[in-house]
Amino acid sequence: MTIRIAAEQLCVDYNGSVALYDASLTLPAGCICGMVGMNGAGKSTLFKALTGFVRPSRGRIRINGLKVAEAQREQAVAYVPQSEGIDCDFPVSVWDVVMMGRYGSMNLLRIPRQSDRLAVRDALERVELLDLRDRPLSALSGGQRKRAFLARAIAQRASVLLLDEPFNGVDVRTEKLMAELFLQLRSQACSILISTHDLSHVQDFCDVVVLINKTVLAYGETSEVFTAENLSQAFGGLPPDVLRGQTP
Amino acid sequence: MWRPLILVELLLEPLRHDFMVRALVISALVGGVCGLLSCYMTLKGWALMGDAVSHAVLPGVVLAYALGLPFSLGAFVFGVGSVAAIGFVKQKSRIKEDTVIGLVFTGFFALGLVLVSKTRSNIDLTQILFGNVLGISAADIQQTWMICLVVVALLLLFRRDLLLFCFDPTHARSIGINTGLLHYLLLSVLSLAAVAGLQTVGIILVVAMLVTPGATAYLLTDRFDRMTWLAIGSSVLSSLLGVYLSYWTDSSTAGCIVLVQTGLFLMAFLLAPRHGILCRPSS
Repeated sequence: MTIRIAAEQLCVDYNGSVALYDASLTLPAGCICGMVGMNGAGKSTLFKALTGFVRPSRGRIRINGLKVAEAQREQAVAYVPQSEGIDCDFPVSVWDVVMMGRYGSMNLLRIPRQSDRLAVRDALERVELLDLRDRPLSALSGGQRKRAFLARAIAQRASVLLLDEPFNGVDVRTEKLMAELFLQLRSQACSILISTHDLSHVQDFCDVVVLINKTVLAYGETSEVFTAENLSQAFGGLPPDVLRGQTP
Repeated sequence: MWRPLILVELLLEPLRHDFMVRALVISALVGGVCGLLSCYMTLKGWALMGDAVSHAVLPGVVLAYALGLPFSLGAFVFGVGSVAAIGFVKQKSRIKEDTVIGLVFTGFFALGLVLVSKTRSNIDLTQILFGNVLGISAADIQQTWMICLVVVALLLLFRRDLLLFCFDPTHARSIGINTGLLHYLLLSVLSLAAVAGLQTVGIILVVAMLVTPGATAYLLTDRFDRMTWLAIGSSVLSSLLGVYLSYWTDSSTAGCIVLVQTGLFLMAFLLAPRHGILCRPSS
């Protein structure tokens, strides 16, 4: 089986304070993985390491068997940001945003070819935003914006998708559509890593789950990982509100 | 019949003076280039950085004068150097970025002031601080043209990457674009534009050239392409009108140019179709 993400004994520290230690994770192709942990548990640090923003002080990462920078040049990694990290008033249209997913495959001047336009159109169709392609980003609802960024990742044709809290502040329609898209992408041998604090989504459609608190506490199938003991370790003995009524 | 003629005469009369023609051409050129760059500055949130770089180039300009080098070179070295210093202090200490920017650029600026008073040369401090586009020399004109061409070429070549860099650097990085390179590219262009702007409006007001047109245009549209054209247009218009105004009223050229820019911004602020405070659709 193809391994998409292989992280071995990662350590990341910022100016001496440890953000992640000894974290290992292996994600095969065609797999949806939920990443669960508190704020500051190291979820975004792991994303940053996988997108090359921080360099691990120890350990190594391989994506499709390649180093991070090489995998990025191959357009293997797509990152779907949290809406909070994006300036929603930025003067770009939906079409522009999705086209940015194609930049890595274009020449230096980033002049779109017919194939790029087709990829963008196809991605917009799949997230049901084709009608709104000329709208400025600022005129979209939160859910539509999420879909636009997902379309960008689809247009990129990446095999590894990293999604930062994709279900935050999203309407029901978008949530349903995104879940369907994740399943489609899985069937196309993509691997999807989703950071979330909402455990119900994890139970609904994640194949595996990884619990994080400065390191990988537990990793495996959802039913095995979601034990009271693991969860209390992940959340420091204080199960968050989202857990109520959902713990086994 | 005679009224339009007076207007035409008012516009044509100054053109009989060579210095006015030069001033109009150079300020329009610098205005256009700074206007284009100002779009990236406002979208990236680098207004303070623009202020810092434009002040920090002073010691570079003075040293270059003293050594007989093109002063764009000195300005470039100190402009980029100041930003490297800001980055270094921020990374190695617990001080917040705006504080670091404030203390680094004033330090550079102070060094420049001391150097001006210590180097025995014919550097006119007032000219550097407040600009002197009416008395610009042939050599300076040539240098300004060169700088502007380089800046425009770089901005056009990398415009899509720079836009993405301003919008979503994480995505840029994750598709293999070298964001560190873009960061320093934008800084270098900023330093160069600051030198060009220094010629027309001087160090103190050059930040207006690098911020105001972009801010005005940003209120008028939600499309980046239109934003760049509006910024360039408003900036060139401000430069031309400002030079005329200063001629008619016999007042500071730099002051007039920036005043017109501010006036255009205020109009956009009040009257912009969707984002102006008087026209905002009530929700």
